[in-house]
Amino acid sequence: MSKYRNLIVSTAAALVLAAPAFAGQFGLGRPALPEEIAAWDKDVAPDGTGLPAGSGSVEVGEEVFAEYCAICHGDFAEGVDNWPKLAGGEGTLADKDPLKTVGSYWPHLSTTWDYVNRSMPFGAAQTMSTDDVYAIVAYILYSNDLVDDDFVLSNENFLDVEMPNAGGFIVDDRETSEQHFWKAEPCMADCKDSVEITMRAAVLDVTPEEEKAESAAMAEDHAAAVVEEAKAEPAPEPEPVAVALDPELLKQGEKVFKKCKACHQVGEGAKHRTGPILNGIVGAAAGAVDGFKYSKPMKAAAADGLVWDETELGAFLAKPKKYMKGTKMSFAGLKKDADIEAVITYLKSYSD
Amino acid sequence: MSENSNKLAPSRRQFLTGAAAAGAGAVAATAAKAAGPDPLITEIQEWASATGEGVDATPYGLPIEFEKDVVRRNVEWLTADTISSINFTPIHALDGTITPQGCAFERHHSGAIELRKEDYRLMINGLVDQPLVFTYEDLERFPRENRVYFCECAANTGMEWAGSQLNGAQFTHGMIHNMEYSGVSLRTLLEEAGVKPEGKWVYVEGADASSNGRSIPLEKAMDDVLVAFKANGEALRKEHGYPVRLVVPGWEGNMWVKWLRRIEVTEMAIESREETSKYTDTLEDGTSRKWTWVMDAKSVVTSPSPQAPIKHGKGPLVITGLAWSGRGSITGVDVSVDGGKNWMPARLGAPGTDKALTRFYLDYNWNGEEMLLQARAKDSTGYVQPSKQELREVRGENSIYHNNCIQTWWVKASGEAENVEVS
Repeated sequence: MSKYRNLIVSTAAALVLAAPAFAGQFGLGRPALPEEIAAWDKDVAPDGTGLPAGSGSVEVGEEVFAEYCAICHGDFAEGVDNWPKLAGGEGTLADKDPLKTVGSYWPHLSTTWDYVNRSMPFGAAQTMSTDDVYAIVAYILYSNDLVDDDFVLSNENFLDVEMPNAGGFIVDDRETSEQHFWKAEPCMADCKDSVEITMRAAVLDVTPEEEKAESAAMAEDHAAAVVEEAKAEPAPEPEPVAVALDPELLKQGEKVFKKCKACHQVGEGAKHRTGPILNGIVGAAAGAVDGFKYSKPMKAAAADGLVWDETELGAFLAKPKKYMKGTKMSFAGLKKDADIEAVITYLKSYSD
Repeated sequence: MSENSNKLAPSRRQFLTGAAAAGAGAVAATAAKAAGPDPLITEIQEWASATGEGVDATPYGLPIEFEKDVVRRNVEWLTADTISSINFTPIHALDGTITPQGCAFERHHSGAIELRKEDYRLMINGLVDQPLVFTYEDLERFPRENRVYFCECAANTGMEWAGSQLNGAQFTHGMIHNMEYSGVSLRTLLEEAGVKPEGKWVYVEGADASSNGRSIPLEKAMDDVLVAFKANGEALRKEHGYPVRLVVPGWEGNMWVKWLRRIEVTEMAIESREETSKYTDTLEDGTSRKWTWVMDAKSVVTSPSPQAPIKHGKGPLVITGLAWSGRGSITGVDVSVDGGKNWMPARLGAPGTDKALTRFYLDYNWNGEEMLLQARAKDSTGYVQPSKQELREVRGENSIYHNNCIQTWWVKASGEAENVEVS
């Protein structure tokens, strides 16, 4: 070991000098700094280890929840479409279709706090303040009838909250409760008297069609195809759609659009998700896509004749909440002008 | 039953297209005399005369266009969106045991991210003598191991608990892949940091926005867990956690954290969202099992199956499939053509290896009559894959996860197959 270390010392002295004497036999890596550990080590254990000081009320939680969470989880944590329901379901765990929510199923409050803090909101994780996280968790508890409307959750009273299903879990017991599956030599002949078909998948008919894969692949190829087209036919007429889009910008825009993908679809076969379909959005009237429920301010802006030209769209994308107070679009905004230009170019490639 | 039998199930449509393409004589193909000389033989074909592509045409190749239907597929109604979702390996169309990365199932909780090797950092902290940070290059300097393991999502076959739902092996059993991993044993890295005696668990988390985290008992972490950076000889694909993922042999796929960024030695399990609200198995009485990490022995016939019907008529038929066990190696697979009344031992493509897929074959002379096709795996611990009834007797129908029941395909006289449940 010492020989090996000497070798390293001679080649990379600085690195090894930083390594402590009691490090392992390879002397690889470097000590993690306290600031680095603090930045990444955020998990919270059931006994509250890792929980930062702070607090939040149900009252504040209701507002924060409406802003960041309700778009998927519903105003009352009841869940929108296929997104998770966070409230209700108590007493249903033994039913045919149990409703598993924070209130009915989750055994520890720490899990809720930890998950909201590190993984939510979807598409903008790790952007909420500690107190907002406390407030959201307080509101989720309230929507499950576990606390009153004047409740304030803090690191002080965190462990006092009783979770209804805390005692509802057992550690994996398959090796005892399923011991009879260890049969060693199973039956080989005349194992049953009769065999009847009792259920058929074709009757239910929920299997995706094979063509799906192809159309998905086509959508992925779309950007490349547009680039090809643009190269092949350099803008014959001044029609807006036929203008060749800068291939580099288009490519960059496709990348930026990943930030939008959590909520928006674009292209052939696109559907409304959390946000509306964006086909042909550049240059279109605001709030006008069929079948999407817009926020009140968006409807008002539409009535006033707002059109998503590049200037308006750019301003909206830079700071959605500032541009339009009360919009449902819970997105922090694109900081770089280049990204805004790129994503608008990308969206232009999907003109209707 | 009859009113629905007219419905064109995907398998039927696929079957018809396939049969049409193969030509009308296909059914009687067995040792039949040719009606006339085959032009594919008697006429000079274009490919036998003109030249093909040069060596500079494809610096990194995809499968030939004729195989473009061998792709991952997803089931839209399963999840709220495709970013936190899953797709399925086309196991019905593959053979052997190694899954190519490009069609191996994906499961993300916040989408597949792009993380450069240069930007990659792995932290080990918690109850260790010295918290450490490694770069990608650091990891490449530790002694390396190569191991083949299957990775199965705990929810594989989960849609089938209450009855047969999805018509295809890809959809019922495709949340699985099997790759050869190159990487460093987690034990080596933990020893480098020095685990304190109070340390009983490791909490592992990814760098993506879901920060998917799981607790693993120290005993397992020090046993066979790998910190992998190559799969099937090449860098991990983006969707499989480039540049570094965790490999937790035999245990549910959710623990195989992708874009691995932190390993924390702890005294207790963190009981994160993915190990409490999800990946726990609710029993009939409403209590739930937690920490059900091991994937029990399981098998499935991949062909014939709904997406891979028999198109050649009666006579020699290769019945093939996959078997695996998270508790050890596969020691045998039995196949039944009569819904489990009688069983025949299948031939293993190669002897079963620890926590890896095993290919089995039954070389069968099909009489053209309908079959209720099943496979049943046995592992090195003596465990025998149970029927769905046997599983339901213990667990009810609400478990969601860990459904390792025997699967039945109803192969009809036409050669089409359908996912069914039998008594």
